[in-house]
Amino acid sequence: MSVPRFWRKIPQRYNLEGTRCETCGRYFFPPRNLCPTCRREGKIVEHTFKGTGKIVTFTVIRSASDQFAKLTPYVLAIVELEEGPRMTAQIVCSPEEAYIGMPVKAVFRRLGTEGESGVIYYGTKFAPM
Amino acid sequence: MRDVAVIGIGCTKFGEWWDRSFRNLIVEAGVKAIEDANLAGEQIDAMYVGNMSAGRFIEQEHIGALIADYSGLAAEHIPATRVEAACASGGLAFRDAVTAVASGMSDIVVAAGVEKMTDVDTSMSTDALAGAADREWEGFVGATFPGLYAMIANDYMHRYPLTREQLAQVAVKNHYNGARNPIAQFQKEITIDTVLNSTLVADPLRLFDCSPITDGAAAVVVAPLEMAKKFTDTPIKVLATAQASDTIALHDRRDISTLDATVAAGNRAFKMAGLERKDIDFVEVHDCFTIAEICAIEDLGFCKKGEAGKLTEEGVTALNGDLPVNTSGGLKACGHPVGATGIKQVCEAVLQLRGEAGKRQIEGAEIGMTHNVGGTGATVAVHIFGRD
Ligand SMILES: [Zn+2]
Repeated sequence: MSVPRFWRKIPQRYNLEGTRCETCGRYFFPPRNLCPTCRREGKIVEHTFKGTGKIVTFTVIRSASDQFAKLTPYVLAIVELEEGPRMTAQIVCSPEEAYIGMPVKAVFRRLGTEGESGVIYYGTKFAPM
Repeated sequence: MRDVAVIGIGCTKFGEWWDRSFRNLIVEAGVKAIEDANLAGEQIDAMYVGNMSAGRFIEQEHIGALIADYSGLAAEHIPATRVEAACASGGLAFRDAVTAVASGMSDIVVAAGVEKMTDVDTSMSTDALAGAADREWEGFVGATFPGLYAMIANDYMHRYPLTREQLAQVAVKNHYNGARNPIAQFQKEITIDTVLNSTLVADPLRLFDCSPITDGAAAVVVAPLEMAKKFTDTPIKVLATAQASDTIALHDRRDISTLDATVAAGNRAFKMAGLERKDIDFVEVHDCFTIAEICAIEDLGFCKKGEAGKLTEEGVTALNGDLPVNTSGGLKACGHPVGATGIKQVCEAVLQLRGEAGKRQIEGAEIGMTHNVGGTGATVAVHIFGRD
């Protein structure tokens, strides 16, 4: 991923900054500027997520593209944040530890290295609570 | 709207074609389809080509014109359009061709699909395929395409009584069918142990739960039904064309284990055709992974959620069962040249309905269905076909 493309998303990737629709109360992560329920009637405001949630489903990635190959095997999950939205993230735990329903909290971690440019980028992973 | 029929089909053999090029494959499929339809090239009014990622796989864009050119049609200046919807590119190209004919805009239209995937290494193809999902919020954090379907499988197995053996049986069945299809990439039968002893890719999915990396092309010719008899004695009528979309990311779905776009497209197709589930004699579903076939059978409404594993184990979906699924071998055994898959499914439906499916022929097949999925279910195309 190009540097500007990553840099644009830093507030979201580092701090879980999303949005909320004041009209219907729904939370969005990644942020949406248009509420799918209220559309033009929705009033979107910024919201920083608490970062706690639980595992909805997960897998152990054993074969990945070059960018992530060094990390294998790693646990990848869909996490449901306490406020409601779901996101895909790596879980900082062993493959044996992970289970559906596991409470997790967001942690700031190195995500990977860009192949040729060597740029290291960081983002949110989740750790067992 | 005019009734539309498929009047010609053509398919390359699917496989790893180190010695063949993208152009070579698509031209072979196109020429076969045109010959099958007893057409002369200059009778073609338009062309739609499904292709997911020539830009990544062979560093070539502008596929529509390229293919018209190498099919010898540059001098005819026909409209040639590339259609992209990840693994559903072929299904959508077919739908666009059908729509063009149904509307009266065009008469003779070619719908084709092609992917040349083995010119890059596995890491690059894995990364290109991850583009079928949400690059920013799935791929970027380490999701692979098998990993996303593995998360569907894990969710499903947590909620419904699906055994690992039942899941493996999907692959066993599709390899059995593939062994009876001359164009299939894999023509060898396998056992449940073959699947269970294969390498883990993304738990619980193993190598033999996954469709392969494949080179291949397929093409069909569609025409107004009223003109079809001029070209062929066995036109196959398009009874329904339906398409639906859903969230690009798996994590944003209403239900992880239900492809709502399959439900929507399936319902629309049955309504358009005026048919019920029991009327369908066979179905080609999008089994990019074994779990995907389980979900597809349920989401198309052939049984309740949680029952497809048992149906598979009981042989209902086998070649000699009540509802044969993936007689071609499916994506699993026939192979999955991404952009070509949706068109290959149409070819299989036509062969079955013409009674030309050889060793895998379903006796007396009259109505068949195809189901083509893009990504983890963000796009779905469903078509229903019948003998005229
Ligand atoms: Zn709202």
